[in-house]
Amino acid sequence: MNFDLSDEQKMLAEQARGLLAEQSSPDRLRALIDQHAEWDEPLWRALAELGFLGAAVPEAYGGLGLTELDLGVLSQELGRANAGVPFFSSLVLAATAIRLAGSEAQKTRWLPRLASGETIATFAYCEGADGWDGGVLRTTFDGAAVSGVKHPVADAGVASLAVVLASRDGAPSLALVELDGPGVSRLRLDSFDQLRPHYRLGFDGTPAEPLGAVPGARAIEELFDRAAVQAAFEGVGGADACLAMALAYARERQIFGRPLAGYQAIKHKLADIAKDVELARSNAYYAGWAASENADKLPLAASAARLSAIATFEKAARENIQVHGGIGYTFEANCHFYYRRERTLALSLGGRGPWADRLIATLCEPAGEGA
Amino acid sequence: MDFNDTPEEARFRAEARAWLAANAPAHELPVGDKLADDEEIRRGRAWQRALAEGGYTGILLPREVGGRGGTALEAVVFLEEEGRYHLPKGPYIGIGQNMALPLIAQHGTPEQVARFAPRTLTGDLTWCQLFSEPSAGSDLAALRTRAERDRDDWVVNGQKVWSSWAHLSDWGILIARTDPDVPKHKGLTFFLLDMRTPGVEVRPIRQISGASDFNETFLTDVRIPDSCRVGGVGDGWKCAMSVLMGERLGQGEENPEKGVTKLVRYAAQTPRGAGSALDSDAVRLALAEAYAEEQGARWLQARLRTMVSRGEDPGAMASIVKLAFASRNQRMAGLALEIRGLAALAPPPEDAATLDIQYDYIWSAALRVAGGADEVLRNQISERVLGMPAEIRADKDMPFNKL
Repeated sequence: MNFDLSDEQKMLAEQARGLLAEQSSPDRLRALIDQHAEWDEPLWRALAELGFLGAAVPEAYGGLGLTELDLGVLSQELGRANAGVPFFSSLVLAATAIRLAGSEAQKTRWLPRLASGETIATFAYCEGADGWDGGVLRTTFDGAAVSGVKHPVADAGVASLAVVLASRDGAPSLALVELDGPGVSRLRLDSFDQLRPHYRLGFDGTPAEPLGAVPGARAIEELFDRAAVQAAFEGVGGADACLAMALAYARERQIFGRPLAGYQAIKHKLADIAKDVELARSNAYYAGWAASENADKLPLAASAARLSAIATFEKAARENIQVHGGIGYTFEANCHFYYRRERTLALSLGGRGPWADRLIATLCEPAGEGA
Repeated sequence: MDFNDTPEEARFRAEARAWLAANAPAHELPVGDKLADDEEIRRGRAWQRALAEGGYTGILLPREVGGRGGTALEAVVFLEEEGRYHLPKGPYIGIGQNMALPLIAQHGTPEQVARFAPRTLTGDLTWCQLFSEPSAGSDLAALRTRAERDRDDWVVNGQKVWSSWAHLSDWGILIARTDPDVPKHKGLTFFLLDMRTPGVEVRPIRQISGASDFNETFLTDVRIPDSCRVGGVGDGWKCAMSVLMGERLGQGEENPEKGVTKLVRYAAQTPRGAGSALDSDAVRLALAEAYAEEQGARWLQARLRTMVSRGEDPGAMASIVKLAFASRNQRMAGLALEIRGLAALAPPPEDAATLDIQYDYIWSAALRVAGGADEVLRNQISERVLGMPAEIRADKDMPFNKL
């Protein structure tokens, strides 16, 4: 058994971490927020140059053809840096949807452009407070055009392509829509995550193609599982950053004549977070492995990784501010990026409830115990 | 990342699996029935003898002391394969194999190795642990049991506690204070004690479960020959630490039949209205989150095993597994009682599952204390993994008799 990242994966992580530390510093994030920026375009170019955007896109479609575990390594670093790029929207959600359910022509047309970063895509699934599951989809797709309103949709300001979850003959299906087509309206919403703008995206008879190489329900389920693995890696990266930040602050901060880090209330709090981070990281590794090598184990592994990452990042982001005290509540400190991003990750793809249901349902299947 | 065995591991696994298939079934314990203690030990000794004859004892111990001289991964592979059977492997065997033997192999004299290793490897000698005292638990170095030199002997007086199976053990590993004039960690020495020596009195402790797995051991003018001292006079703390690390690495092995999966089944079998207790959102969420944590610990252990197989020391990372397990175990047993509802308080005698869970809930309180209390583990993780400042230890440099 060798349950560790490979040397190549460790190098990939290091390279990504180096780039992000340099180009996506906290000051850079603050500047992006102050500019009300759509995204960090120079960072996107830099990620494209190193081939990171096409990491998990097959070589035949212009990518590096790496595995989803490799992609997870990158997601973890992007989470650690809280980067302001549409990586999750374009290269996790949309690219995976096209890879899973696209025709050969669709894959040939779009995957190389997504891999190079020249086209940015997003995934439009939610319909406000109604969400997207339980047959409540109001957006319709007749095989040639979509109509309806999706919100919130991440990164729709910079995306020129969208994978849209829509109801076709009463069943959920995936449609591919170019956002410069007729009948598209975009409205930037006041977004909770200041580094990931969300939009209200309207379609009115907008031309669309089916992503129909596999039945809609199956493609959607697999897409969410695979995206959940990447969201877990991103969350673990964010939680790790919060732990490192809290630790550094506690070491440096003197209180009642000694370092804050020497107090058991702080030591035990951070020990618990370190425990959670290592457990969540281990789950993410396993889910990354399952996504890459063993799809049978993916539903259970993805659900476990998702639940683990949500709980861990939540605690780490909250307690990071707590350990910092008053300074943690200021814009000048770096805690707030993660405090907001954590909620974005927790609520995207559905929160604890649906993933707990998916986990228990999988476990109760006759062959569910797996591994 | 690769869950497959290397060719050497695969060969070892196939060999171990074949050997176990031929030998283990005859030694399996009956399911459900609790054996009398002396019968369980008898069976434990018999299985240990079978292991020794098959060449599967002391896998990690050097050949010079009678071990197999195998790799850490072979030890893990064997544990995995052996774990498929329900075998008599309690502390009566574990303390000898995982603590006494490594201690003697590492710190003992050639005479001690010759005298104890072969008979321990075959299960002929069983061991108990005489470490904790009424006023020395997590702060083990505060122990008060005195050993005073008298020519070729040491005369020992004091009281030990939490010694599992001491009433039926042949020998004990004992740590005692030989020099009260130096700081507490420095005045300790390690001994091997024949439990039949005059002055050794073992009394069962009545536990909150009603059982008496643990004992108090009173030592009154007990004479131990100097030939049964392990390591140098004053080196007891160093010896104890190496032994306790062995205890840590052996913990937290999780059997899926005892884990959250079993509780999911229990909930599904508990009727609620037209359906089952598993129809409750709150129950599903709590079980799913616990399952996720349990799996995280499983894969973390796989990471730690990988480190061990490379010769790296996971150190205090191993404490994470135990810390998570102890709390989750208690939380889940408590939840299981709630799932069954008021009926869990007084189940009918045929409801073995609920009776087991009642017992698990009681026992879970002990697991949060034994083998490293939650609080000690959090200190270890914060200090050794995160590098945070050590606790203030006011007594660290004071002679023990001035405290």
